Amino acid sequence: MYDLLWLVPALPALGFVLLALAGPRLPRAAAAVVGVGSVGASAAVTLGLAAIFLASPPPDHAFTQRLWTWMAAGNFQADFALRLDPLSLLMLVVITFVGFLIHLYSVEFMRDDDGFARFFAYMNLFVASMATLVLGANLLLLYLGWEGVGLCSYLLIGFWYKDPANGRAGRKAFVVTRVGDTAMAIGLLLLVRELGTLDIAELLRRAAATWEPGSTMAVAAAALLLGGALGKSAQLPLQVWLPDAMAGPTPTSALIHAATMVTAGVYLIARTHVLFELAPAVQLSVAFIGVATLLLAGCSALVQRDIKRVLAYSTISQIGYMFLALGVGAWTAAMFHFMTHAFFKALLFLAAGIVIEALHHEHDIFRMGGLRQRLPIAFWAFAAGGAALAGLPLVTSGFYSKDAIVWAAYAGPLGNGAFWALAALGVLVTSLYTFRLIFLVFFGEPRGEIGHRPGWAMSVPVIILAVLSVVAGFVSVPQTLGGFHPLDDFLAPVLPATGHHERGGFTEAASQVLTALAFGTGLVAAWMLFLRRRDVAARIAASPLGQAVGRLWREGWGFDWLYERVLVRPIVALASAGRGDLVDLPFEAAGRAAFALHVAASATQTGRLRWYAAGLAGGSLAAVAIALFL
Amino acid sequence: MILLLLVLVPLAGAVLAWLAERLGAAWPRIVSLAALAAGLGLTAAVWIDQASRTSLPGVAAPGPWLVEYDAAWLPSIGARFHLAMDGLSLPLVGLTFFLGLAGVIASWTEIRERVGFFHFNLLAVLAGVTVVFLAADLFLFYFGWELMLVPMYFLIAIWGHERRIHAAVKFFLFTQISGLLMLVALLALYLAHGAQTGLYTFAYEDLLRTVLTPGTERWLMLGFFIAFAVKLPVFPFHTWLPDAHTQAPTAGSVILAGLLLKTGGYGLIRFVVPLFPGAAASFAPVAMTLAVVGILYGALLALGQTDLKRLVAYTSVSHLGFVLLGVFAWNTLALQGAVLQMLAHGLSTGALFIVAGLLQERMHTRDIERMGGLWSVAPRLGGVGLFFALASLGLPGLGDFAAEFLVLVGSFQASAVAASIAAIGMVASALYSLRLVQRTFQGTNANGWRIPDLVPREALLFAPMLALLVWLGLYPQPVLDTFRPVAERLQQVTTLPANAEKHPGAAPGRQGDR
Repeated sequence: MYDLLWLVPALPALGFVLLALAGPRLPRAAAAVVGVGSVGASAAVTLGLAAIFLASPPPDHAFTQRLWTWMAAGNFQADFALRLDPLSLLMLVVITFVGFLIHLYSVEFMRDDDGFARFFAYMNLFVASMATLVLGANLLLLYLGWEGVGLCSYLLIGFWYKDPANGRAGRKAFVVTRVGDTAMAIGLLLLVRELGTLDIAELLRRAAATWEPGSTMAVAAAALLLGGALGKSAQLPLQVWLPDAMAGPTPTSALIHAATMVTAGVYLIARTHVLFELAPAVQLSVAFIGVATLLLAGCSALVQRDIKRVLAYSTISQIGYMFLALGVGAWTAAMFHFMTHAFFKALLFLAAGIVIEALHHEHDIFRMGGLRQRLPIAFWAFAAGGAALAGLPLVTSGFYSKDAIVWAAYAGPLGNGAFWALAALGVLVTSLYTFRLIFLVFFGEPRGEIGHRPGWAMSVPVIILAVLSVVAGFVSVPQTLGGFHPLDDFLAPVLPATGHHERGGFTEAASQVLTALAFGTGLVAAWMLFLRRRDVAARIAASPLGQAVGRLWREGWGFDWLYERVLVRPIVALASAGRGDLVDLPFEAAGRAAFALHVAASATQTGRLRWYAAGLAGGSLAAVAIALFL
Repeated sequence: MILLLLVLVPLAGAVLAWLAERLGAAWPRIVSLAALAAGLGLTAAVWIDQASRTSLPGVAAPGPWLVEYDAAWLPSIGARFHLAMDGLSLPLVGLTFFLGLAGVIASWTEIRERVGFFHFNLLAVLAGVTVVFLAADLFLFYFGWELMLVPMYFLIAIWGHERRIHAAVKFFLFTQISGLLMLVALLALYLAHGAQTGLYTFAYEDLLRTVLTPGTERWLMLGFFIAFAVKLPVFPFHTWLPDAHTQAPTAGSVILAGLLLKTGGYGLIRFVVPLFPGAAASFAPVAMTLAVVGILYGALLALGQTDLKRLVAYTSVSHLGFVLLGVFAWNTLALQGAVLQMLAHGLSTGALFIVAGLLQERMHTRDIERMGGLWSVAPRLGGVGLFFALASLGLPGLGDFAAEFLVLVGSFQASAVAASIAAIGMVASALYSLRLVQRTFQGTNANGWRIPDLVPREALLFAPMLALLVWLGLYPQPVLDTFRPVAERLQQVTTLPANAEKHPGAAPGRQGDR
């Protein structure tokens, strides 16, 4: 059964090839069958593999399938080899299963689009690339998937290509992430030179054997890989592309820009955690970046008007939590939050898609309202997803996963009180923006007509994800609430358990109570400001300080403004100034000089005897003079 | 004998194509196709034959060459008609015939005047390129080098676009002047070897063993280097290329980008470093710097262009910087990457020039500012354009990535700084490639273009190029295996005891190979 592993990426890849070659000629139903069927089959294989893996894990909890030699030259070799272990299996289940649900949803969501087959072609290619990314046994194959998902992200953000703004957003996403990817590529070059391999298992073994903790090479390698992770996972300072990426169709935002691709950076760091442990400075900076990102993006989410941009900033913020977890050494907590986030954020995007469709492509949450009775499925989906996102204690998955991170921010190997406080503050901000969204969209005065109501293809995935958003948290319940942690046990062969250390009188229970209080404060504040006393919120926003801060937050803390001036404009100016190729000037000048000489010389060819005689005489004189005086 | 055929078939095809014009305009095309297909078939036969032989355990190729053809030619000066093929020339000769076929098919409707003479010139260039790739005698090599030049001049000057004469003359002058430098260096090497051994010969194998003083070696190396650097092209000798590419007809651009530039890379690998290892080793920092500058400069210039063919031309400057970088890193990894890059670039950029040619044929403009939104009217052309743009930006899974990655891995071991800066070219290539796609196929079709989508002939033309790029991207190993013995042998040559004594630690990147 394990030998079927290659089918997981191959089936969607086949779907892509079929749709790309025959897509426009296929009837919609056939395109839908290929597009959804290939991912569904891939998910079925994955679930089968997962069942077997749980029942009887392979030796050493890892199965490697070597397909063929990709390139071998000199002392370097990289294979097309897939590796299934608990970490890649967890990722794979989420990717294919959530991917399948979103594909199903898309059949209805994209039903009237001209690019129906093209959409499914790109989505299938994405699932194939993402599966390759997590299954790649060496960093080069991982990089192939990494660039592949980036390509699909670019293609799907710019899916509605007729609007140049969408193309611009797509290119921005690709180029910004490629900045990180280039750092990562240099990291691979360094690893090949220093350790002689890119095979992940072997590489980590050799790194642990060769490098002292804190040695220069380990720090350089970890920092370069971190560059790639920052770009892909939209963390500071490369987070600017994700809000604009919302130009893509909503199912794309759900699958690529919330559930899976943007967490590739988290996966990369977890996968190579040995390198990061050898570079404590880099690992600590992961925590700093995570905590800064989660707060900055959370504030930005608080003031957005576009429903998808709220969710986009929320995604950046939640991945910030995952980075914080990685940075303090709580590897399992990061993967736990990845999983629950994939469920509830995909759910929120899909529900947002229902709202947007029902309101005739309205994105502005201030023009929505009162949808609670009129779109009950969207409301209940938002209630479940929002509660999970904000971390409603005890009953939602998001509570368990985020709580694990908040506690580790204090008690993890690299944790401290400041990280804990900022992470807890983040909980308050999250709760505030989440319920602001829910109250503005679903409560208050009903506005506008309801257009399309979701059919079964859109409803079923939403219901399944809503259930998962609630119950998926019970796979890792903290000690204080009973201590049930099959997920941690499952991941233990790959990711070491977090060695919590108790300091002072601050206990996990106290942390949980305070986190729950932060959640409640956010909820109540949102209720006050965006439901009961909107005039107060409006007054705050209208005050000079409120306006200034609001603008700063809305525009993502001015990063775009800065990059536009420091990077984009100078490069564009340089490119257009240099268009004529300055290097060519001397060559062309030489050509013109030769031509001018030719004109001058041919001017002497007058055909007049007198001229020639004079020239002859002058020349002879000069020759004699030279002979005499030199 | 088979090598003689590889040279004679395109030459005979050239003459026949010219004569066949009297039978009708289609005949020169058909004759050319037949000749080039025969050449490609012969090359494939050699490859399959050698692959089946070397895969048997214990049976290694006896000499350095897979196939040879050696005949007396000009005994008075010691020049022989010596053709020889190894794992370096084999894939490049295959590429020659393949891109020749692509050129003929791409010109099917574009070229309507003097069809016979056009195909005569096209096949004559290809014959010259084949001689260049196969010559094991430096006099014969120079003969082939000149043989490529004149018909290429005609291709640009007669069938080119609005500024064709200027471009053709510029191309001719750059190549000719640098070629003369090489001729002088070549004769000096010939005389030095003759004076030393009493044997006046142009044979490559013999000249490899010439012992030169470091000063002489440096000057001779520079003579060869400049000739190949102009062809490759290396910054700052690249400026003939945008003009020539832009003005040439489609087939001319394909041959220029796909093959003529490769003769420069081939020359560096075959001659510059093996003949002058010491001088090349001390020159490596300069060459690698020029390579890195070329990679970034070409990319920046590509970003600023509005003429589609000019844009693609500057991307060539950028991509071929990787070849220069790989050659002067001089270790197995980097050399393997450089050769792979020559093949992948020939396919991806050749295809982009064909895309540009098809657009020009349909729209009568190359100005990307006037294009846009073409995906909605010609989706298959858009898909093809997107694919080759992605190959050009180095998407993993396609040939260019495998090549550039190997070059980077290899050159990182020789110079981490140069390789790291060159890697920044990855961001730049994303900028210009995506800009190309955006300006042509995406956005709104503001000018209301109505152009026909790919016709079956054109689809058939792109299909094998696309398939080969995927193959090189996912399974380049057969090509790497073919070239590996040559890479190893070339490195042995540069570390011969004679050379090693003169220049301890010759060839900078060697520490990377074990």
